Amino acid sequence: MKLDRRQFIKQAAISSAFATAGALFPGISFGNWNMLANNAGLISWQKSPCRFCGTGCGVLIGVSEGRAVAVKGDPSCSVNKGLCCMKGYHSVQALYGKDRITQAQVRKDGKMVEVPIQEALDLIAQKLKETHETHGKDSVAMYGSGQWTIPDGYVASKLFKGCLGTNNLEANARLCMASAVTGFMTSFGMDEPMGCYEDIDYADIFVTWGNNMAEMHPVLFSRMLANRKRRAGVKIIDFATRYSRTSQAADKTIIFKPQTDLAVANAICYEIIRNDWIDRNFINNHVSFHKGKTDIGYGTEDHFAFKDSAESIDFDAFKTFLEDYTPEKVEKISGVPAKEIKYLASLYGNPSLKVTSFWCMGMNQHTRGTWINNLVYNIHLLVGKISTPGNSPFSLTGQPSACGTVREVGTLTHKLPHGVVMNEQAREMAAEIWDVPVTNIDPKPSYHTVEMFRALDRGDIKFIWIQVTNPMVTMPNLNRYRNGALKDDRFIVVSDVYPTPTTDVADVILPAAMWVEQEGMYGNSERRTQHFEQIVDPPGEAMSDTWQIIEVARRLGFEKQFPWSSEDYIEKIWEEYRKFHAGPKHEMAPYKVLQQRSGVQWPFVNGKETRWRFNPKYDPACTNGKDFDFYGKKDNRAWIWARPYEPPAESPDNEYNFWLNTGRVIEHWHTGSMTRRVPVLHNAVPSSYVEINPEDAAELGVVNGDLVKIISRRGELTMPAQINGRGVPVRGMVFVPFFDESYLINEVTLDAFCPISKQPDYKKCAVRLEKA
Amino acid sequence: MPIFSYLAIPKEGARESMCSELSALEFCQIIPAENQDVVVLLTDTPDENTEKQLQSALKKLPSLQSLSLAFGYDEKEK
Repeated sequence: MKLDRRQFIKQAAISSAFATAGALFPGISFGNWNMLANNAGLISWQKSPCRFCGTGCGVLIGVSEGRAVAVKGDPSCSVNKGLCCMKGYHSVQALYGKDRITQAQVRKDGKMVEVPIQEALDLIAQKLKETHETHGKDSVAMYGSGQWTIPDGYVASKLFKGCLGTNNLEANARLCMASAVTGFMTSFGMDEPMGCYEDIDYADIFVTWGNNMAEMHPVLFSRMLANRKRRAGVKIIDFATRYSRTSQAADKTIIFKPQTDLAVANAICYEIIRNDWIDRNFINNHVSFHKGKTDIGYGTEDHFAFKDSAESIDFDAFKTFLEDYTPEKVEKISGVPAKEIKYLASLYGNPSLKVTSFWCMGMNQHTRGTWINNLVYNIHLLVGKISTPGNSPFSLTGQPSACGTVREVGTLTHKLPHGVVMNEQAREMAAEIWDVPVTNIDPKPSYHTVEMFRALDRGDIKFIWIQVTNPMVTMPNLNRYRNGALKDDRFIVVSDVYPTPTTDVADVILPAAMWVEQEGMYGNSERRTQHFEQIVDPPGEAMSDTWQIIEVARRLGFEKQFPWSSEDYIEKIWEEYRKFHAGPKHEMAPYKVLQQRSGVQWPFVNGKETRWRFNPKYDPACTNGKDFDFYGKKDNRAWIWARPYEPPAESPDNEYNFWLNTGRVIEHWHTGSMTRRVPVLHNAVPSSYVEINPEDAAELGVVNGDLVKIISRRGELTMPAQINGRGVPVRGMVFVPFFDESYLINEVTLDAFCPISKQPDYKKCAVRLEKA
Repeated sequence: MPIFSYLAIPKEGARESMCSELSALEFCQIIPAENQDVVVLLTDTPDENTEKQLQSALKKLPSLQSLSLAFGYDEKEK
């Protein structure tokens, strides 16, 4: 095909105008760009959010002859403004791995046999019905993830909660975001950040709380670096338990002992009050003080139950509570010098500085995850640095639709698309929209994720359908849960795109359409809903997860609830789902608007997105006539919580003398089942490793590449050592990336969790090391 | 055969009418920003005379506050 030279020049003219506009108006977005971008005539381009992390970068997918062949950053997407990270640029290659699952498989006489997908769907419906009738509604379960599209999660919720009457619906986001949710709910009464990524362009100070943004959210990190280069005085403070790429770029790294972020956060509050850096007007008008239960346990035993209760206190009681957290006292607990704590407090306390705090798994995968979320909000609330451009406590997500699908649709045991199952009005709303009897919706939550897999092990759950996630790599204390899944009378259905350790335990495998092989929506970390069209065909008999659920629901007799045609089911589902969020606090954009733009932030009210919630300058839901309106709580105030430091579930001792910390690397996403099929990424980091501090390695007699055995009370794993690599743990700690199914580090980790959020702690358990 | 791109800023409250007026002009293509009152204007005229007429028409638009040039190209200048 001939390249049209004039068209090319016109595209250059448009790009120049975009660049000029971007420089003059930070955050500006041009939603119609993609319609004009078919410039070369060689490939066509269509917009989509990236498949991988929760940043929600807009990408343009280049298609030639029915195959996705190129990716570029979408310049009209305000998230990334035309930039991608390495995973984004290579993302389309993940569609074309050689071992892509293209046919359904059913276990027959112990072996997986390919069958037509309709036969597999018949079998799933039959087993689901039999189990439901024989063992009761709570013997069947579904487990999805923040990689589900919004329609995927919505139909799953409708089928399981509305039609089958069980709250056995959970998602992998329980393992990565649940503490963020309970943090928001307990502090503000509403989930998801009040700010947006534009905060990055305005902040003077960034504090990353246990958050290696340089690798985990590289595009956002690059925006921070750009801000620092552009404006004088901008600083990045890396508050961490290990040295990472973020430390290398930060202005300062402050290392704390695992779990003691709780104590340091309280000490920052103590210092802010002691120096009278508080914003009294803000506190008097917009904050109330509370305390909850203490000594709340760790959930390591089956059937663990905990319910927090809030008791009102006043400012003086909060001040008295903080007396246990003077910087000098906290230095002894945390290892952070008192002067560094005072320095952090001075940054938050300086009224001329705008401060944004970022966190992700470090604070959320924490046995006191809800508490540490509360405590960082406490800091921002004391100084009134919230809900204004650049002043933002900002919880980041790890999965592309952890917010959109799991938190907003509510694919967790206690949630409905609007509200919680315990709330009668929420059940009535769901029953009306779903056209099911309200008695179908059980008012009691059943199993959160860890307890769900414990129930599978015990035999309380006998049927589970797993879509778009890989729990046989990600569950902590993995040996127990894999053994449970393999027990004789369990029936496991797995929908996925590649073979994984989870498909290894399946009785039925369904081939799933991946990402732009289907139409769908994701929701990113800043309340942005992002629509994508089906851009290429799925291979073989692969089918969208949404349509798989619809097919099974119809076989179970729920045709009335799932009436849509394959032509327009995504639009119809979206417009049904939107009804749950009607109103200025959570209004979602219409389907047609989503189609046109590179994402739309909710609340979307009168055609306008809401950048900063709770601030009447930006948020039309504010009605109290004041400068802020924290309308999520009944007292119209944000809640400051007195939450103490409590130790982790397991700490190093004489027998197991190292901390084990687990996490990710920039090249691989989640369990690596997609990125390890991308040759460039796989070859860059082909296998996992254990990072060891050089001095610890010397004491063990270990050099780079030597095999090291990591032993905990749950299991052991032998893997190569990495010393002075990209990340360097402090003495007494090792770090292992979890992306590699050849090295299942979760056989070693502990299934302790935050008693409020039920999110496990993957960052802290005790191990010992042996040179193998 | 000039090609130009501009940032067009409307007078207060006149974004919609400016978009309508610009769209109605021949040789003009617009890309409105979705979150700011800014519009990218792309002009592609066949000759210098037409370009002058278009420039004159643009200056008369009642809704237009300002027009800032971002890119310019004219084949004759090669």
